[in-house]
Amino acid sequence: MNFEFLFSNLPQLTIGGLAFGAIYALIALGYTMVYGVLQLINFAHSEVFMYGTFAMLWTVMALGGADAGGIKLVAILIAALFSAMAMSAIIALLLERVAYRPLIKKDAPRLIALISAIGASFVLAELMGLRDRIAGWFGLDDNLSEYVGKARINNSMAGVLDAPRWKIGNVTISSIDVLVIVAAVGMMILLDQFVRRSRLGKGIRATSQDPETAALMGVNPTRTIQLTFLIGGLMAGIAAFLYMLKIETTKFDVGFLLGVKAFTAAVLGGIGNLRGALLGGLVLGVAETWGSALFGTEWRHVVAFVLLVVILLFRPTGLLGESLGKARA
Amino acid sequence: MRRNKVFAAGAAALALGLSLTACGTTDDKDSGSSGGGGGDAACDLKLAFFGPETGPAAGLGKPIIQGAQLAVDQYNDDADCEVELVKYDSQGSPDEAPSLATEVAGDESIIGVVGPAFSGESAAAGPIFAEGGVPTITPSATNPTLADNGWDTFHRALGNDATQGPAAAKYIQDTLQAKGTFVIDDASEYGAGLAGIVEDTLGDTVVGTDTIQAGDTDFSATVTKVTDAKPDAVFFGGYYAEATILIGQLRNGGFDGTFVVADGVKDPAYLDAKDAAEGTIITCPCIPDTDPAVATFAADYEAEFGEAPGTYAAESFDAASIFLAGIADGIDNREDMLTFVNDYDEKGITKQLKFDDKGEPADVHVYAYTVKDGAIVPEGEIK
Amino acid sequence: MSKIKQRFVALPKPVKILLWVLLALFAYALPLLEPPIISTPGVDFGGVLFVVTMYCLVAIGLNIVVGYAGLLDLGYVGFYAIGAYTAAVLTSFHAHWPLLLAIPVAVVVTTISGVLLGAPTLRVRGDYLAIVTLGFGEIIRLVAVNSEWLNQRKGISDIARPPSIGGQEGLFEIPHLFWGDGTVLVDTKDTTQFLVFGVLDQIPYYWLGLTVVIVMLFADRLIKNSRVGRAWEATREDEDAAELMGVPTFKFKLLAFATGAFVGGLAGSLYASRQNFINPDSFLLLYSILFLAAVVVGGQGNRWGVLVGAILVAYLPQRFREFDDFRVLAFGLALVLLATLRPEGLFPPRRTVRAKHLEQELEELEEGAGGEESARV
Repeated sequence: MNFEFLFSNLPQLTIGGLAFGAIYALIALGYTMVYGVLQLINFAHSEVFMYGTFAMLWTVMALGGADAGGIKLVAILIAALFSAMAMSAIIALLLERVAYRPLIKKDAPRLIALISAIGASFVLAELMGLRDRIAGWFGLDDNLSEYVGKARINNSMAGVLDAPRWKIGNVTISSIDVLVIVAAVGMMILLDQFVRRSRLGKGIRATSQDPETAALMGVNPTRTIQLTFLIGGLMAGIAAFLYMLKIETTKFDVGFLLGVKAFTAAVLGGIGNLRGALLGGLVLGVAETWGSALFGTEWRHVVAFVLLVVILLFRPTGLLGESLGKARA
Repeated sequence: MRRNKVFAAGAAALALGLSLTACGTTDDKDSGSSGGGGGDAACDLKLAFFGPETGPAAGLGKPIIQGAQLAVDQYNDDADCEVELVKYDSQGSPDEAPSLATEVAGDESIIGVVGPAFSGESAAAGPIFAEGGVPTITPSATNPTLADNGWDTFHRALGNDATQGPAAAKYIQDTLQAKGTFVIDDASEYGAGLAGIVEDTLGDTVVGTDTIQAGDTDFSATVTKVTDAKPDAVFFGGYYAEATILIGQLRNGGFDGTFVVADGVKDPAYLDAKDAAEGTIITCPCIPDTDPAVATFAADYEAEFGEAPGTYAAESFDAASIFLAGIADGIDNREDMLTFVNDYDEKGITKQLKFDDKGEPADVHVYAYTVKDGAIVPEGEIK
Repeated sequence: MSKIKQRFVALPKPVKILLWVLLALFAYALPLLEPPIISTPGVDFGGVLFVVTMYCLVAIGLNIVVGYAGLLDLGYVGFYAIGAYTAAVLTSFHAHWPLLLAIPVAVVVTTISGVLLGAPTLRVRGDYLAIVTLGFGEIIRLVAVNSEWLNQRKGISDIARPPSIGGQEGLFEIPHLFWGDGTVLVDTKDTTQFLVFGVLDQIPYYWLGLTVVIVMLFADRLIKNSRVGRAWEATREDEDAAELMGVPTFKFKLLAFATGAFVGGLAGSLYASRQNFINPDSFLLLYSILFLAAVVVGGQGNRWGVLVGAILVAYLPQRFREFDDFRVLAFGLALVLLATLRPEGLFPPRRTVRAKHLEQELEELEEGAGGEESARV
């Protein structure tokens, strides 16, 4: 265990951990919202995120981001942000329609919804991983080769953005890391206020507390569920945008590991709890980098899962407790 | 398991296979299930590809499949009897290997296997191929211990980790004259094996080590370790997928030394790292494409598949070419093929193709390549 | 369907037993018959059947945890891995025990690990357990990846095979059937030696696997119909009520976990033996998910249902190899379709069917007919 290294590089490690943890947190929101309302593990949420990363990448490619600079680059990136959010939201709504609504209608057991989500997750990931073959059926693989090629390997947008970095003492701070952290916290505050104060937000909370009574009071359950998926999708889109700025690379199965981690973060903070998702994500991210520094990066994931088990032993409903509806914090 | 004499029975005798009456000989060429016997010389012969076509490792499998496919297509262009390349998709997992290898061993028309692609599946399938007498040439499995199992059918068309590791270390010591080297690996058999050998060879000049996991994308802790140790060079044992992301984050983190990697990174996809990739040293036991034969291969490959040859495509082409040369010589069974492969000694596109008695390539030269102006260019042999 | 079932139930006992024996005989003979359509082109049929039996075994074990006791376990592959690694370490890597001695030890080690995992974690409820077990499965795999003692990703080879009966030649040879165009041939050249656990012939491993599955089915039946089985059911349906009625629910949940681990470890050690080689890649999170899919798709809680589920999950991707790259996609589609069309699983347990009927009747009584749309699943 290398304590000396950990302490002498604590600020640097913490910033790295917070930045990646913020991405966990934004993805975790999707899990937490759906769980709060439906008590379902939305296993396919990781693919919602993955489609967002590709929307971002394709937009940058289509608008010529590689050669752009200055204002034009900023405009392209904003367009990329919106397309990532739109793509993720569409996929999330599609998921709700195809994989969940039929089950909810039939009042199916909860586990079968998990299986349906797993199946949908396979389908979505493989559709992306086979896009070269599918485009080939329509004879589009030559025209679109830039987009559909490399279906099974990394797709990169490195070199598009040369973000400024600041050096303070022996700490290097990337402007992207700062942006990621600020954006995640900002979005979380906005969303928290939305759920607390707005009419729609009240509807979500009411449905998550007691769907039948909420329905009687005039809250449309189907609408509310759709709204939940929509918000989760939008947040995943933002996460995808920030992730691509930071990592610059995506792949058809990029969602799997991140999804597992984000779900862990959601549980860690208290599933169903928005603030819990933020806290869980940040704690998980920092724990991972500190753990990597102490024990070696090979133990990173082990550290994350051991932390989860330990926290659940002492706080069986996560750090901040569960429940979107009761909205206690 | 040859099927030259079979008893025929009525379909009525289905019930637990009783009452066998009529006798007869059949040559079951039409059979779809498990292939028929030989008969008419070098026709109806097949080669098998054994490795990932789908699944998480499919990206690494694709160039290998295409390399072998190119060799077979070129052979078929002017052959009377076409050779078929059958793909046995293991998804790169040792789980699938035994059932698939048994199937390959049971199909006598398959007289050579290009693969298995990874060391794990090689270890699981190796005993079965050895028992079935199926000659195999792997274009990509580099675990040194695979050759020590006593499987007489095992061959390797590339240098194992033990040949490439010391060369990479030598380059770091002699050419780069690095005073401190940081060694990273990806916990895969290939990467960890290679990094371990580099670490041992470099000895005291290693200023730190770390292990990432394939599939990870955030390396901030590793980057901090590197910048803290201030090495002149970083050696990474692993594949291009992680290398591309790692070098970007290392450069962003302020590392300005030399990045040294091995043949698992010699792939056009590595150039996706753009400026960060510039100056990377790639060691590879493969002949540079200044050699005309290699250049022709690269051009043909690009013409057929619309992309530059990826990692291990050339090795796979070589492996398939050896079997095809045997078939062209009129070989139609595994036993003769095995002898042929063992005695083979011709120039391939990656190296002189000749195997020692353990199945390792007899004569491996390691070359250094460097990334310059967005291309991987040869620098010369590491002697 | 139910009519056939009724007729079967009405049969006299000896006839029923005879039918079961015939079914078992057919199952044993399946890889020898190699019937077209059912047999798998492009991959060895015996080998596939062996893997199917392993999935069946795992499904029986996981069904105890998920179906009977209602504990959502997303890390079952961890137990499978512990069983496999214990067998590997004892018979090849650190010692050279015979397999028959290593398997009981592997099973005991796995059971203990089940208790060790369960004791602290079973206090958390519901979906928290899912993520904790998921973490456990990943921890097991990552420990194998990173510890030299388990040879990291290089894996462990030369794992002992089961002892052959009758030496290298076996006691006798059994010919296979060969299906030509319109004729069925008995192929005396393509034979299986009884009972040699060799390298090339996968069928003896299948027979071994099938035998273990049958034994486990009997054990499962005994335990399900015992006091323990009823306690599990009570705990699953309403934990608080069960506790009030004097069922020590925690103890029974732990017992379910340990029993599940026992079966998983057994499956893992058998698997390692046939595989002859294991490395951490055989124990990915994906397998936990597939195991769970087998249980849920078949109909959790029904032992025949989960068997069918296991057969489908293990067999379909092998049978339809010609789908090529699209295999996983097709499998995912199948899961979604099964879930939406048969939400109770293919063969829901009788109790669920009855409960569902009852619920409907109650609802109809309450509100006339139809029943409103409910938001909760």
